[in-house]
Amino acid sequence: MASASSHSNAVRPAILDEVNPVDIPRQACVANDRSFNWITEKICGIVEEKTPTWWWVCFIIACCTASFTFVGLIYLAVTGVGVWGLANPVNWGWAIVNFVFWIGIGHAGTLISAILCLLRQKWRTSINRAAEAMTIFAVVCAGLFPVFHVGRVWFAVYPGYLFPFPNANAIWPNFRSALLWDVFAVSTYGTVSVLFWYIGLIPDFATVRDRAKTKIRKIAYGIVAMGWRGSNRHWSNYEMLYLILAGLSTPLVLSVHTIVSFDFAISLVPGWHTTIFPPYFVAGAIFSGFGMVLTLMLPLRAIYGLDDLITQYHIDCMTKIILATGTMVGYAYGMEFFIAAYGANGFEVFAFVNRAFGNYAWAYWIMISCNVISPQFFWFKKIRENTTLVWVITLFVNVGMWFERFVITVTSLSRDFLPSSWGYYSPTVVDIFTYLGTFGLFSVLFLLFLRFVPLMAMAEIKAVTPQADAHHH
Amino acid sequence: MADKFGILAKFDTPADIMHAAEKVRDAGFKNWDVITPFPIHGMDGAMGLKRSWVPRFTICGGTIGFLTGMSMIFYTSATDFGIPFLSDGYQILIGGKPLFSPYFAFPVSYELTILFSAFASIAGMFILNKLPMHYHPALKIDKVNEASDDKFFLYIEANDPQFDEAKTRSFIEGLHPVEVSDMEE
Repeated sequence: MASASSHSNAVRPAILDEVNPVDIPRQACVANDRSFNWITEKICGIVEEKTPTWWWVCFIIACCTASFTFVGLIYLAVTGVGVWGLANPVNWGWAIVNFVFWIGIGHAGTLISAILCLLRQKWRTSINRAAEAMTIFAVVCAGLFPVFHVGRVWFAVYPGYLFPFPNANAIWPNFRSALLWDVFAVSTYGTVSVLFWYIGLIPDFATVRDRAKTKIRKIAYGIVAMGWRGSNRHWSNYEMLYLILAGLSTPLVLSVHTIVSFDFAISLVPGWHTTIFPPYFVAGAIFSGFGMVLTLMLPLRAIYGLDDLITQYHIDCMTKIILATGTMVGYAYGMEFFIAAYGANGFEVFAFVNRAFGNYAWAYWIMISCNVISPQFFWFKKIRENTTLVWVITLFVNVGMWFERFVITVTSLSRDFLPSSWGYYSPTVVDIFTYLGTFGLFSVLFLLFLRFVPLMAMAEIKAVTPQADAHHH
Repeated sequence: MADKFGILAKFDTPADIMHAAEKVRDAGFKNWDVITPFPIHGMDGAMGLKRSWVPRFTICGGTIGFLTGMSMIFYTSATDFGIPFLSDGYQILIGGKPLFSPYFAFPVSYELTILFSAFASIAGMFILNKLPMHYHPALKIDKVNEASDDKFFLYIEANDPQFDEAKTRSFIEGLHPVEVSDMEE
């Protein structure tokens, strides 16, 4: 300050020079000063221990639930898409709702591993592996719906009305269609997520291989570890690759949900035809994805005693992201109303009044209470520290985001331009069971992941501990 | 007696191995490496490694991806000639929209740019690291398993131009490792 006042006639120096850096206390990413060896033992222990009884119980329940999806889809393929509740005027029902819901769930995984990696958020290391697994399994569940909604699913891949293969009629897919952009976006997203996940796993597979007691384990983990041995010449290329993949996944994750939102936004249906959709869908996806990450990680933390690795600091960070994105989503809901009123388009105004007070008002208000009101509790530290409450709120977030997609899809279609063609959409039993089954499918995959793959990125966690710094004393 | 591959030294902390690596670099050795459980910040500098070549693969992959997307969409929707035995382009006029425009081709080309970049970068890492490499003398020694847990190793290969059995061994011992041992081919 003294220097600024003594040069009163001179050009004022940059304000940044006057600000003293505040020492922000760095939160430890691993509590209780755990050693490298402790981290290895803890995480490998989960893969190496005898399969616990609870795992088998959950696995069997999950398999039974997953069978709903398979029975539903086989029934659909044999009978036709009429078994779903789709009819005029609502030709897009639960299938697209479930698709967008599951894709959205996936986004937190990529966000944690990519965007937080670029932002050098060290707390991502404890949760990125499980979140990425969640992403992949969510994309698997999501992919089922658009593939099966075409009915004759065996034509979807070849001879190609989804993928551009030269087909029997020599007609190509329509590249002007957002639905085809979706095919490319989602399949690229799925592929890159799997690759990113696997690349992150290589060093940890090597750790499991090195600790393996039986020959089968040694060979199996040896193959997937690719002969990794932790050479620094390898780490050098590996780290560069990881950074590049993070840099590639960041625009990817944003583009995927943007393109998903184009499915709606480039149409002319009132309530869909809005420019706020891309950012609003992305915020919603991150919101629901983080909700699901916490829904999954909090029970795991309790079961496996991972409190030192998923600390209160991690939970705080995630709940704050949920709070921020939930508030953004709330802003988008308000802004849609404002633009409808300001745009002075009668159909648009009606679409939004109808959403809030029409025949689907129940769904709208479930959405508002779950998505806008429930995350606001995260302003309070007391609530963020109560894991049970956090878990319950994240369940509300998941429910709310499903309803958001339902509200967008169904309310706009059920009452559009002509009152003579209005209708009321209800799902059928097949719709409901197919959807419930995807939770089973997701759980089956996630449980297998828990059994065979290190749950957390050991090498990365070790690298963010204080003793990993060569200048640490 | 198997051929000698090199001399291996074991260290306990990241700082120890980093200082050792600096000394080995300064001594001018070429064929040597360190094995660590995680990437140590600053180790590339300590070893005198240049910036990784992986980004060059990425830029090639990305460019090819973008061009693939654009040309695929141009060919399929704006041409009507055929590639023999492969496929024909097919012009469909939809709602008076142009047969080709970079705008509607962009989303797909963008996704392919990312997809091809990812594939190329990963291929680049695998090629540069010569992975999968299921045989390496370091993998044969049981105690190197500790390197994927919490120990740090450094080895100098016998085929290094400066390698001299006795001198190199005493040099390595001068780095104050916890343990020194021979590596067999």
